[in-house]
Amino acid sequence: MADISTNRGLAPMKSSLLRWLAVLVVLALLLALPWIAKAAGSSATILLATRILIFAIAAGSLNLVLGIGGMVSFGHAAFFGIGGYVVAILGFHHADGSLFMGLVPGTNQLLIALPVAVLVTAIFAALIGALSLRTGGVQFIMITLAFAQMAFFLFSALTTYGGEDGLMMRRPNEFLGLNLRQRPTMYFVALGAAALCFFGFYRFMNSSFCTVLDGLRQNPRRMAAIGIAPYRYRLLAFVLSGAGTGLAGALMANVLRFTSPDMLSWNLSGQFMIMVILGGVGTLWGPLIGAAVLLILEDKLNGLTEHWPLILGLLLLVVVLRTPGGLMALTSQVTGRMRK
Amino acid sequence: MILVFEQLLNGLQYGVMLFLLAAGLTLIFGIMGIINLAHGSLYMVGAFAGVWVAAQTGSFWLGLPAALAAAALTGVIIEAMVIRRLYDRDHLEQVLATFALILVCNELIVIVFGRQPRFAGIPDSLTGSVELLPGLFYPLYRLIIIAVGMLVAGGLYLFINRTRVGMLIRAGSTDREMVRALGVDIRRLYTAVFALGAVMAGLAGYLAAPLFAVQVGMGERILLATFVVVVVGGVGSIRGAFVAGIALGILDTAMRAFVPGLLKTVMNNADADALGTGLASMGIYLIMALVLLVKPRGLLPAKG
Repeated sequence: MADISTNRGLAPMKSSLLRWLAVLVVLALLLALPWIAKAAGSSATILLATRILIFAIAAGSLNLVLGIGGMVSFGHAAFFGIGGYVVAILGFHHADGSLFMGLVPGTNQLLIALPVAVLVTAIFAALIGALSLRTGGVQFIMITLAFAQMAFFLFSALTTYGGEDGLMMRRPNEFLGLNLRQRPTMYFVALGAAALCFFGFYRFMNSSFCTVLDGLRQNPRRMAAIGIAPYRYRLLAFVLSGAGTGLAGALMANVLRFTSPDMLSWNLSGQFMIMVILGGVGTLWGPLIGAAVLLILEDKLNGLTEHWPLILGLLLLVVVLRTPGGLMALTSQVTGRMRK
Repeated sequence: MILVFEQLLNGLQYGVMLFLLAAGLTLIFGIMGIINLAHGSLYMVGAFAGVWVAAQTGSFWLGLPAALAAAALTGVIIEAMVIRRLYDRDHLEQVLATFALILVCNELIVIVFGRQPRFAGIPDSLTGSVELLPGLFYPLYRLIIIAVGMLVAGGLYLFINRTRVGMLIRAGSTDREMVRALGVDIRRLYTAVFALGAVMAGLAGYLAAPLFAVQVGMGERILLATFVVVVVGGVGSIRGAFVAGIALGILDTAMRAFVPGLLKTVMNNADADALGTGLASMGIYLIMALVLLVKPRGLLPAKG
């Protein structure tokens, strides 16, 4: 948490310069990745990288409420799934020329579908958040889970849109004449979205709004005493977080060209939380690192043994029990020791 | 009318199962302050161990102690190795650690027993039906589950309210620190409570085995419903778990039985089935959300 608001003096200038240099290097590597992967002859790597970037957007969004606001939402998969379904449903109506609920025409334009997905998830997040935030603690965890389960069963029941089997998209959205079916193209779209989002997260973490949220997590009573009403700030954070997760879901629908109720399952909500914790709660880059580590680990372990969930579970236990602060804290511990 | 009565009994039977799981969960919640997502795994372990022993020995009755012992042992191991380190952590870390435990338990079961679902038979002495009302035949085994659940509920009530350990448990749920300050070995109490919860979960798992397939993931399916019961009843309240368990069991069963039929009167069959099942599955979550909004601490919150 310390590295969010500190490092503003003269001496840390150098370290923040270093940090930006590191970010630029990583960004350059990410930009070059399709060619690197092509040279290495593994096209699956690009798909994995695309998924990591998209999940990082979702985990980063969850981090806003979970890490900074201290609101343990166990239902963020609902926003991910709703975002995905908005894209798929718009595509479905575009394909057969019908109207959604007899009113809204479909579309296959990415530049329309994504904003609509974000808007719709923001509305859902506002509704769910407005109700859920009236509780706290364990009850908040359970009520967010409850709303996500309701959404899960609702989409399972919509036979028009595939019901339990999910909804296939014949082709991905159109975007500036590019072919999103090509993996590198989709990868660059995801990279662009992720870069924008993480720039947004960075600005967010340096805003006074973030400071207020941080304060509300640490001591809501004192914040109330200086005249800040917790509810409104928390709700706004929840809506932003839901909208970001919805964007991730909308992108994922384009990658997979498929949405199913599994995108809203509580298992996925748990995975988002794991990514945030694994990387480091409340840090800027933690969610990206967490998403990368979890997905790469799953991928590698899956190739190694069919019993990979066992190893993953044990690793998670070690991380949760032994390394508070996640991998970000671990690396800063290690580098801190090296500096001494 | 017969149909309604039959569904009512089915609901009661499901509600009793929910209570067996929720009672342990709410105790662990209320006294130890732990959100234990792995409670469903204890249910699964009980079912697998019991059914395996029953299959090996050919006796349903030998499977029962095996199920209880296996669940208790698993519970004690989990408590000693993981849960004990989570008492002072926040909810987020508890959720994650016990989520990881689900992965571990499920995969261990796969390694030991394989992925194939197992089916358990009802012992010969418990097959058959009883004519409760003229024309209403109800399976004896399901009636036994209801009776066992009621007995456990009564026993638990006496245990909590009439024994020394029960007194400590009540004291612990009201003020943990004070019990510790009075010189009670709180760690042993915690282990005992966790084992008690595990035994009840194992019992539920073994009793349910002849009704559902025993398979990996069976724990998660009932876990979420159990959490709904705990939260609706009021975290830490056994009375709440009992009332909410029975009520939600009956409501859930009734919605599953009747909502698709009602929808068929207004739309075509296939859509009505899917939508009805979906709406019925949403039901208990909707109830939980409503209860939490009106009474954030649940219907019958624990005192203190």
